[in-house]
Amino acid sequence: MLLLAFDTATPAVTAAVHDGERVLAESYEVDARRHGELLLPTIDAVLRTAGVDKRQLTDLAVGVGPGPYTGLRVGLVTAAALGDALGLPVHGVCTLDAIAHQARTEGLDGAFTVATDARRKEVYWASYDASGARVSGPAVDRPAEIEPGERTVGAGALLYGLPAASGPEHVSAGALADFAVRELAAGRELLPNAPLYLRRPDAQVPAGYKAVLPA
Amino acid sequence: MADEPLVLGIETSCDETGVGIVRGTTLLADAVASSVNDHARFGGVVPEIASRAHLEAMVPTIQRALDTAGVKASDLDGIAVTAGPGLAGALLVGVSAAKAYAWALDKPLYGVNHLASHICVDQLEHGRLPEPTMALLVSGGHSSLLLSGDITSDVRPLGATIDDAAGEAFDKVARVLGLGFPGGPVVDRMAREGDGRAIAFPRGLNNAGDPAYDFSFSGLKTAVARWVEAKRRAGEPVPVADVAASFQEAVTDVLTRKAVRACKDNDVDHLMIGGGVAANSRLREMAQQRCDKAGIVLRVPRPGLCTDNGAMVAALGAEMVWRDRTPSSFDLSADSSLPVTETHVPHTDFHAHAHEALK
Ligand SMILES: [Zn+2]
Repeated sequence: MLLLAFDTATPAVTAAVHDGERVLAESYEVDARRHGELLLPTIDAVLRTAGVDKRQLTDLAVGVGPGPYTGLRVGLVTAAALGDALGLPVHGVCTLDAIAHQARTEGLDGAFTVATDARRKEVYWASYDASGARVSGPAVDRPAEIEPGERTVGAGALLYGLPAASGPEHVSAGALADFAVRELAAGRELLPNAPLYLRRPDAQVPAGYKAVLPA
Repeated sequence: MADEPLVLGIETSCDETGVGIVRGTTLLADAVASSVNDHARFGGVVPEIASRAHLEAMVPTIQRALDTAGVKASDLDGIAVTAGPGLAGALLVGVSAAKAYAWALDKPLYGVNHLASHICVDQLEHGRLPEPTMALLVSGGHSSLLLSGDITSDVRPLGATIDDAAGEAFDKVARVLGLGFPGGPVVDRMAREGDGRAIAFPRGLNNAGDPAYDFSFSGLKTAVARWVEAKRRAGEPVPVADVAASFQEAVTDVLTRKAVRACKDNDVDHLMIGGGVAANSRLREMAQQRCDKAGIVLRVPRPGLCTDNGAMVAALGAEMVWRDRTPSSFDLSADSSLPVTETHVPHTDFHAHAHEALK
């Protein structure tokens, strides 16, 4: 297996190549406003570093959010297009699951909650039990409205001072790739390549015909 | 003409996910997925709804275009995409997709200007553009007079609307008359039953000292709304067809008069009209009459090519390949306010080298 993974659901623009055993190369850059510009050059660079030709790839994995939409869509449409052009299956991964996997890999154990910044004073969040299984979420709420575990992880947790908040702040594609590889090896299905928006689109319905003559 | 460049073009600047495929100046496929119905109840395009629709439609629309054209993605000589101007989030979906295909297939990428594409699409209908060509672009997003010496490198703005776009005025007047969205086709249809001289609506920027090539439709729109409301307040029936016809007459009068004047002032003997409003039957009729009288050759693509579509982007992309223009780099960004003078967004390594040399 040669899997290319990337994620644009958090402020990080990140890509990694995984051979089924380990991460061969990884790139991670935080620049919330330049996902569109940075993603393809990042993918190109990470493949070069790994010494992998794109035609050797066997799978793609992409973070499907939740995350701010404009950036999120860059990753999803890139995955869909690469999947089509290179003839590869695209595996969707909940970005919060990848952050949880990374936190656990870095030594966090027990139950905890992952929360990222959803802007508008809200967080995207999900909770995990001691075995690492997601037990609630993903959802979007105000920090005061959720019932986080005793420990919390992610930029949203740090920003709003959730209990015992710690990093990783954002997702890294290496962790996302590793999560995808393990799930696939365990015979579990990943998600379709479709965004987890969690909110309805903002749309103001004009309140009918507005009079222009003074009332 | 198998040696002419085969190019796929992607357009996502507004609410249409368009993918076109052309070989040189020959149209092979023009696939469009529109989210217009999702916006209808809002009376205008909702950016987030448009962006969501683009993401869903992108790859299926590309596959449909390739199927229709009967070509393989690997046969392409280039991938072109609207880099701007347009809705930022919507543009970004198309630009990201174009980059991914170009990179995966090892094809050159051309980020091109949406307005220049509107002009270039006429090549698919009437052959290569004469140089220079005067272009009047009128739609819900733009109202511009542009002079093009070379559609790949030289497009100069002569004038533009200072407030609403022409198509916006159609939408707003349709709303005032309770005719629904989008307003262009329905106002056109209504106007056929009405008298264009029934009501003397004002012509914007029409006086001696006014800018010769700029437009203004805000005052006209307000005048129509006031006139209609005064009727309603007086308890009189609103002559919808006459209002539609008189409004349409005012818009097309100003557009065609200024376009013909721009041709004469600049010694240009070809006028092309593009953009969604170019589908308006009265605009086509009046433009034809005035161009005939002035000895100007009028070129208007068929309505399906006037609205936003991928074919126009592919047409300009093919011209970029044909004329050996510099491709874009993979860090190409979507630029919601890309100036019309930037016909495309070539990679800037040359400049970087030049700066190095100057140090
Ligand atoms: Zn347009």
